[in-house]
Amino acid sequence: MARFVQYALTGLSAGSLYALVALGIVLIYRSTRVLNFAHGDVATLGTFVAFALISQGYPFSVAFPVAILVGALAAVAFYFGVLIPAQRQGATLLGQVILTLGLALIFQGLIVYQWGAEPDRFPFPLSDSKTWKVGPVFISELSLGTFGAGLVGSLLLYVLVQKTRLGLAMRATSENLPAAQTLGIPTRRVLGISWGIASALGVVAGIFLAPALLLDPFFMLDPFLKGFAAAVLGGLNSLPGAVVGGLILGVAESLAGGYVTIQFKNTLAFVIIIVVLLVRPEGLLGHEFKERV
Amino acid sequence: MDLVESYRDDLRFVRKPFAWFLLGALLVGLLALPWYAHTSWVVRATVICLYAIGVMGQNILIGYTGQISFGQAGFLAIGAYTFGHLKLLGVPFFLALLGAGLTAALGGVLVGFPSLRLKGPYLAIATLGFGIAVYQIFANSEILSGGRSGLAVPKLEPAFGLSREVYVYYIYVGLLIAFTIITYNLISSYVGRAFVAIRDSDIAAEVMGVNLARYKLLAFAISSFYTGVHGGLFAQFLGHLEPQTFNVAESLTLFVAVIVGGLASIEGSILGAAFVIMVPTLLSEYRWFVPVLFGLTILVVLIFEPLGLAGRWLKTRLYFQLWPFR
Repeated sequence: MARFVQYALTGLSAGSLYALVALGIVLIYRSTRVLNFAHGDVATLGTFVAFALISQGYPFSVAFPVAILVGALAAVAFYFGVLIPAQRQGATLLGQVILTLGLALIFQGLIVYQWGAEPDRFPFPLSDSKTWKVGPVFISELSLGTFGAGLVGSLLLYVLVQKTRLGLAMRATSENLPAAQTLGIPTRRVLGISWGIASALGVVAGIFLAPALLLDPFFMLDPFLKGFAAAVLGGLNSLPGAVVGGLILGVAESLAGGYVTIQFKNTLAFVIIIVVLLVRPEGLLGHEFKERV
Repeated sequence: MDLVESYRDDLRFVRKPFAWFLLGALLVGLLALPWYAHTSWVVRATVICLYAIGVMGQNILIGYTGQISFGQAGFLAIGAYTFGHLKLLGVPFFLALLGAGLTAALGGVLVGFPSLRLKGPYLAIATLGFGIAVYQIFANSEILSGGRSGLAVPKLEPAFGLSREVYVYYIYVGLLIAFTIITYNLISSYVGRAFVAIRDSDIAAEVMGVNLARYKLLAFAISSFYTGVHGGLFAQFLGHLEPQTFNVAESLTLFVAVIVGGLASIEGSILGAAFVIMVPTLLSEYRWFVPVLFGLTILVVLIFEPLGLAGRWLKTRLYFQLWPFR
């Protein structure tokens, strides 16, 4: 039983980060119907900015917000600089998805150029060797902080989307774009802000993941794909679904790694994707888009 | 300008004597390559040939049928390892290649089943997941991947007094030409028309009597057969297999080749394959710049030149045909 709780707790901590990544993907998908394949690479860029600032001696409290800002700005710049011109040229949705793929490749190359492909250790104020014993289970400072970050990030997003005027505009825009435009909502600006917020969430996830993994230009690929799996599991157009999906995926993965086999722990996410898409393509909490001819 | 008067005319591969001349010159140039080019260029041309087959297969799926797949590396791995294991069992080259293609096609049918219910981005995620799952299965299973030292594939023994590079080059060029002719015929048959109908509107296609399930699965099977053959040829070329070869980056490279070459274009597939092979070769000093250039090319192609290199070629040809008018 203690083992089970231990695995579940580890899973919850990882799952809260998957949830953050998934929230970013869902936020962009449900407002623009674009799957952002550059999400992981924007997060990597932000994490590397934080790493560079900390190595130059800036405190973590400076590096963290700057990194988030850089990630958000990169996404906003991409939205206004590439996606909108492409939409004016009549790019299809699939074309826009491919554009994000192009952005991902560009960021990958630039990060390798700037910081090299060698893995680095990310200096982080919370350590994973300092643990507390609660009953029969151990909780490390890092996993507690990670869980906290996931919780705070999700809550802030909830407050933003549900309780503010900007959130109202975001919901209106994603619900019905032409109607929102007619009502005088500056939809482009709102969508640009959505892209920025989504990438900021990704950068937070990246910074909290970096100390557990080694920091190299491709370290976000795996968490990004798991965020994707979490988003699909919860439903690609449902924000609560992303959180639920992330937590379920984290726990399931940790339990599978502990009880079944550690080797195929990472494959589980993709098995989940394929099974969910086959059985319930709209996800646990999502709702289906019907196509009309 | 040439006037197309009947469907037969429209299907004709080459319309003018001059085009026959150009095609003949191209073929002679390809066949004579080992005589005037350095061996390193022969090897590069070999890689382009094997890549072009895989890109063509993916173009059948993405360009003609409109089913996006990011999991090509998975089929590539299945093809390559099937080929490697068959070769180690002593199966001759062409039979092993056929086996590689058929096994990958079987995998394609399995992945094709979700495609019956999924569209656009959902299918992209499912296939991406498949590609990574296959990679992880090969990376974690020593029986399949040949363990830590990888799987060594026996080399081809050259014949007719040719050096190994030249011999392999001729086999690969021959296969590329065969696959190109097969693809042209496939696309202009009723199967190809069914694919295009599904791409343009699957609901309308179904109403017109296209059996969606059958043709979507067929598109997946054919495309992964090509990719499996690509995998087998790649395994033979490398002579040594490691799971790391078949990661996500490989899927993306194939995808970039399709986009850059031109969606729904067979010549474009070959041009795209040449692009993704030549760019890393020419930029070997600046490896970090390769993904940047791929990414920038995707942005430029999608925004300014949606038909890719093949579209550019068509426009250039049209310009000279119409000259001095425009």
